[in-house]
Amino acid sequence: MAFYDRAFDALGLREWCDGGATGGPMTMAELLARSRGEAAGDAPFSLPFPSLDNLHDACGAIPRTRDFTAAIEDGFLAAKDAIKVVLDPLTQPLSWALDGALELFTWIPWWILIPLLVLATWGASKSRGVTLFVALSFLFLGFVDHLDVAIQTLAIIFVCTTLCVLLGVPVGIAMSKRRGLRGSLTPVLDLLQTLPTFVYLIPLIFLFSVTESKLYGIAIILYAIVPVIRLTDLGIRLVDPAVTEAADAFGMTPGQKLWKVELPLALPNIMAGINQTIMMSLAMVVIASLVSAPGLGVLVLRGIRNLELGVGLLAGVGIVLLAVMLDRASKAALERVDRSEGNA
Amino acid sequence: MNAMTETVPHAREGETLIRVKGLYKIFGDDPEAMMGHVRAGMGKDELQERYGHVLGLQDIDIDMKAGEITVVMGLSGSGKSTLIRHLNLLVEPTAGVVEVDGTDVTTLSVEELRRMRRERMSMVFQKFALLPHRTVVQNAAMPLEVQGVPVAEREAEARRWLDRVGLGGYAESWPNQLSGGQQQRVGIARALTSNADIMLMDEAFSALDPLIRTDMQDLLLELQAELHKTIVFITHDLDEALKLADHLVILNDGAIAQQGEPQEILLNPADSYVEDFVRDINRARVLRVASVMDPHDPALAVAGTVEASERLEAVIAKAGGDTSLAFQVEEEGRPVGTLHMRDLVRALVPREPEGG
Ligand SMILES: Nc1ncnc2c1ncn2[C@@H]1O[C@H](COP(=O)(O)OP(=O)(O)O)[C@@H](O)[C@H]1O
Ligand SMILES: [Mg+2]
Repeated sequence: MAFYDRAFDALGLREWCDGGATGGPMTMAELLARSRGEAAGDAPFSLPFPSLDNLHDACGAIPRTRDFTAAIEDGFLAAKDAIKVVLDPLTQPLSWALDGALELFTWIPWWILIPLLVLATWGASKSRGVTLFVALSFLFLGFVDHLDVAIQTLAIIFVCTTLCVLLGVPVGIAMSKRRGLRGSLTPVLDLLQTLPTFVYLIPLIFLFSVTESKLYGIAIILYAIVPVIRLTDLGIRLVDPAVTEAADAFGMTPGQKLWKVELPLALPNIMAGINQTIMMSLAMVVIASLVSAPGLGVLVLRGIRNLELGVGLLAGVGIVLLAVMLDRASKAALERVDRSEGNA
Repeated sequence: MNAMTETVPHAREGETLIRVKGLYKIFGDDPEAMMGHVRAGMGKDELQERYGHVLGLQDIDIDMKAGEITVVMGLSGSGKSTLIRHLNLLVEPTAGVVEVDGTDVTTLSVEELRRMRRERMSMVFQKFALLPHRTVVQNAAMPLEVQGVPVAEREAEARRWLDRVGLGGYAESWPNQLSGGQQQRVGIARALTSNADIMLMDEAFSALDPLIRTDMQDLLLELQAELHKTIVFITHDLDEALKLADHLVILNDGAIAQQGEPQEILLNPADSYVEDFVRDINRARVLRVASVMDPHDPALAVAGTVEASERLEAVIAKAGGDTSLAFQVEEEGRPVGTLHMRDLVRALVPREPEGG
């Protein structure tokens, strides 16, 4: 450190350095060095990287990195109350929806729920293969006592996907109409999609208590809403301009154009977006078990934590089954839309 | 005839219904600023090169008469689509006026413009522009749906027009199950269902095979004989233009090269651009007796009589190829002129424009 000591002396900053010394508790590195009976960094020609910590050693007025992270945390905590005042009431319905759905889905007896889900699959996909696969998968999950957790996962996906569609489609429409909005939203969507899923959880954990369902609900929605927004925007912009021109030429209002022309023609793309949104919700709901989201993810987590290989693997198989069910059913629905639009 | 079939042009037949006056259109970031250059005579290429703006239309003056077919012809990129889209304001002019029934359409409010598009103007598109997610009858009923007509009523009207264009059996089909010609019949039925008196047709038949195209032209003429719409028809095909046009406008690089009565343009092309256009045409099939006859000469010995509206082709057949003959020309049974076969033959050879 001698180098930086001399540097600050040469610059005539010694007084400022000592005057503003922050002191504070020692870092772990300093403690270790002291316990080994060494003075930190005494090698004659050592030139350590001019990091905050190293500069702090030479000049007490410069904060250490730990002071810096502490400041971020303090800032966040200070802002937290203000943010919560706005966010809490806005997001409270999400907690209710999640808790309500979880309660409802687990309350319905299996001999009603499984037939209902199989029927819903048939209604959406009109595909015998997919329906049969869904029925067998649920029977298997029930047989190995994983039906309740799988249903919890499904309930969360159901609520989050519904909200993604309700929020994402209007945002996508607005984006397709306004070049400026698209320009400013695109980097946000890029960020949401590239952030590793764990990183979402960090600010949310500070904002909300881990006991609140909305914590994982928000994480899932933020992560999974991106494709439905993007593909709604894209789908509407890809509508044949000749057809929208015809709509204008025959005097459609913007609303008529949206409902009678643009949305129907963008529907295959929007459905593809919903399919991706469902799959991303599933991926996130597993990770969200870290912040107390119930469902199959909890068992995977147990497998990892306790090295219970069998528990983890069986839950993994359950997740794969859910993934395939959701994917096949939504893709079959998409194909049906494509066909009925005469694009097939 | 059903009362719905009759269109009631506000301007009387033969009077000017659509007037385009001093119309300019410049595409680019600051079209108004370019008007000075263009009025000073800068051409399309120079404007593009020096200022990066596209001169779409320059100084267009056209009077389109009610009940007539005005055909706008020009090469690709000459501004035909831009021009026709000014009439219903899908494109806004940079300068000049477009009047429909004496009202400048640029002064209309959004609501008034929408009403004009719904009630006065229909449009037929080159690529048909049908809604792929709707059946044929739903497509044909779309203009009335936009106006809020109940479904039973509008689909009955749509079916009537589908029958009229020969698609009666296809009402429940999907557009992609039809051939191109059939799809365009749906496009025409849709335009007719709107019951507008003005019909805009942008290269409506250009995407069709030649035989189908001829059928469609015949269909249009047949409908027009009955309905007397005011039709603005865009094409790049001179044969088609001559077959349909009451009034022909030839565009070159966004400016009018020549406009007038089609036979007149054919016989007296104004410049080399028009001359190039008319050079390869089968004149015998296009020109009519009235365009090449001399004043009536009762003293002349004639080989027979021909109608003034007859095409030269038919007269040649009648003469058996003999170029020494002459015919008496009649219109509604009255003699109106004399046709010498040698004049006829001379008219078949394109003439270089004077000084061109
Ligand atoms: N929206 C636009 N922006 C820029 N240039 C355009 C636009 N629309 C048309 N043009 C230009 O105007 C000219 C006339 O185009 P258009 O009316 O489509 O010609 P046509 O229908 O006769 O083929 C062309 O040079 C074309 O590139
Ligand atoms: Mg065009």
